[in-house]
Amino acid sequence: MPTHVLMPALSPTMEQGKLAKWLKKEGDTIKSGDVIAEIETDKATMEVEAVDEGVLAKILVGDGTENVAVNTPIAVIAGEGEDASAASKGAPPAKLNGGEGAEPKKAEAPKPPPPQEAKAETKLPAASLGHAPQTPPSAEPEVPEGTQMVTMTVREALRDAMAEEMRRDELVFVMGEEVAEYQGAYKVTQGLLQEFGARRVVDTPITEHGFAGLGVGAALAGLKPIVEFMTFNFAMQAMDQIINSAAKTLYMSGGQMGCPIVFRGPNGAAARVAAQHSHDYTAWYSNVPGLKVVAPHTAADAKGLLKAAIRDSNPVIFLENEILYGQSFPVPKLDDFVIPIGKAKIARPGSHVTIVAWSIGMTYALKAADQLGKEGIEAEVIDLRTIRPMDIETVITSVKKTNRLITVEEGWGQSGVGAEIAMRVCEQAFDWLDAPPVRITGKDVPMPYAANLEKLALPNVDEVVAAAKTLLYR
Amino acid sequence: MAGAAAKTARSAGRGVSEKEVPPGEGARRGSPSGESGVPQGAQFTREDELTAYRSMLLIRRFEEKAGQLYGMGFIGGFCHLYIGQEAVVIGMQMATKPGDQVITGYRDHGHMLATGMDPKGVMAELTGRRSGYSKGKGGSMHMFSKEKQFFGGHGIVGAQVPLGTGLAFANRYRDNGAVTLTYFGDGAANQGQVYESFNMAELWKLPVVYVIENNRYAMGTAVNRASAQTDFSKRGASFDIPGEQVDGMDVRAVRAAGERAVSFARGGKGPYILEMQTYRYRGHSMSDPAKYRSKEEVQKMREEHDCIEMVRKRLLETWKVPEEELKAVDAKVREIVNQAAEFAQHDPEPDPAELWTDVLL
Repeated sequence: MPTHVLMPALSPTMEQGKLAKWLKKEGDTIKSGDVIAEIETDKATMEVEAVDEGVLAKILVGDGTENVAVNTPIAVIAGEGEDASAASKGAPPAKLNGGEGAEPKKAEAPKPPPPQEAKAETKLPAASLGHAPQTPPSAEPEVPEGTQMVTMTVREALRDAMAEEMRRDELVFVMGEEVAEYQGAYKVTQGLLQEFGARRVVDTPITEHGFAGLGVGAALAGLKPIVEFMTFNFAMQAMDQIINSAAKTLYMSGGQMGCPIVFRGPNGAAARVAAQHSHDYTAWYSNVPGLKVVAPHTAADAKGLLKAAIRDSNPVIFLENEILYGQSFPVPKLDDFVIPIGKAKIARPGSHVTIVAWSIGMTYALKAADQLGKEGIEAEVIDLRTIRPMDIETVITSVKKTNRLITVEEGWGQSGVGAEIAMRVCEQAFDWLDAPPVRITGKDVPMPYAANLEKLALPNVDEVVAAAKTLLYR
Repeated sequence: MAGAAAKTARSAGRGVSEKEVPPGEGARRGSPSGESGVPQGAQFTREDELTAYRSMLLIRRFEEKAGQLYGMGFIGGFCHLYIGQEAVVIGMQMATKPGDQVITGYRDHGHMLATGMDPKGVMAELTGRRSGYSKGKGGSMHMFSKEKQFFGGHGIVGAQVPLGTGLAFANRYRDNGAVTLTYFGDGAANQGQVYESFNMAELWKLPVVYVIENNRYAMGTAVNRASAQTDFSKRGASFDIPGEQVDGMDVRAVRAAGERAVSFARGGKGPYILEMQTYRYRGHSMSDPAKYRSKEEVQKMREEHDCIEMVRKRLLETWKVPEEELKAVDAKVREIVNQAAEFAQHDPEPDPAELWTDVLL
């Protein structure tokens, strides 16, 4: 059967082009890969290679023809043993853009898919404001009544979570700088090497990009790596592997390639370490579908959520805080204490104003609530705990009660997490608001070194208290 | 590259007298006549040659068809064709065992076909349809098959190198004896993360073979304009990773080098680097007119060093395979490719509900 050679699209945007020159003439034998013609596209002059073999039976569009629409037949190739002259008879004449007659005929080629705009009627799920549907918060208590509590630091809680999960699952291992022999730059991995050995507690070179990517590869192969960044500041070097490889591969593989990995380490400001070591990345990771982002405050939440993160089949960004490492909290004494990712917690009930915070932001929020309480203002403090997926329902429920919202974070305000929370509250509970939401954030400057300037750059309790009073017209 | 390539190409297919056969070598490999210029251990049996011919031709015809479908508007975005480089991936695949893994960059269709992925599924992914390997969500640069141990298909230059090293880390962790082939180009070879990976792979003796496909141009930049050291086999030198330059247009040389490298890695000795000196006939992507090199250069490669033509010539002249037999192979390959193209044009687009799936597990 004779084959039509069609005017090819040789760039993503080409719709028509000029048939500059034929390099083969009628009667020539053509092999796959032979350059048969030159075409001028909207960008450059390109060569057209033959895909089919046979004899160039007929040229339908001559040298120098302009405005040849993509998919117009430009020549006929007759197969081996076919009558070339007979073949050319059936060929439709070339129709050119702007010429007389109808649209270019598409020969035997089926139609390309319709353009995207044609599908505007596509129905989206109800929760289609750009967010995936969320699971409603469960009413079950996380800790059974009567459970014995032990006091421990966040640092110890994190270590216990890793040790328990490593005992439970042979596929879990931890890697990072100084995690093994040094016992952790911040001592979070203390004792793990002794218990689990060098195969599962792996000291890496100082190469974040490389070992983050190596961890993702190991996760794609089915292991469950915990990758410790000495601090998240250094994870910026590994950002491509975290976002492009870890977060997107499941989607790009049509659900085949899960990436069960935890990236963890201290995030945000420590104390007097200046701009490059004080960056809060919460909002960055919060922006990316395909990631879960967790930022606990208490030791109990750190333990329960890290255990959940390690068991999760998805990449989880687990944001710790250096200042919180040494702080002590009661932790339930349970064999297997796991807190589901994606659930906020009411840390202090109240009815006058809702304060939403997470990680170290909770210290400002709780202290402010104490002060406000002394003045007769009952603030409801919500510990968001997970940033993505965000438990906005708990926030909305609270705002519908208090009619006022304050968010507190150490990160910058522009495009920050507080901006996201406030926007969602406006979208879903605008009519319940008695005043515009207020964001308390880090100041819009790189973190300074000097003690007094650093203090000024961070949020403080007085700012939260003042915001609450403003919202309540006091 | 040309040194090795030219030497082998000149001698390949030339009549060689029996006395040139290395003692015992011909019999062991089942070759009727040895050939000078063929690396030791690289002799192919008739079956080997036919396998290589069929497999390389499948990639060539598949890619030509993909180019055509792109021209017709069925394939969108970026589409990087593998035409010219087929011997690399087929020779390497012939050196592996089931269970070994493959990962590469975005010029990846050949690697998928070489690992045995279904041409229909690959082509349907190229056209963005629901039966594509990634349900139409990945496209040309992002396809995967757990079943075939093909781990992508990665669009960021060099990113697959740490990932492939991590696959090897997992193999070592599990002590499963598998080796990971991590492919990247001469362009990616200048990425910092490649050297971070080399360091860890050698430090931990990971079972990984780094296959550097040096096709002489990183997009439009010739190797000598971007690389201070153009001998890529030496790129692991400061980590003590052994490397060799291989005539990547000769599938026999590729398999022989591949066997050395894979056996080294499988034996617990750590990573190995193979610089495959190869050539891409087409532009970097579909919209590249390839003005950075002369037509004569391309034509010379196609005429004198084409990996498929060399095998075909040996099959006809050395092995006296009847032309009809090869034509039957050609027809079969064409049929497979045409069926894939047909399938990929008529398979429906993904269901709109698929927009929201596979974000998280």
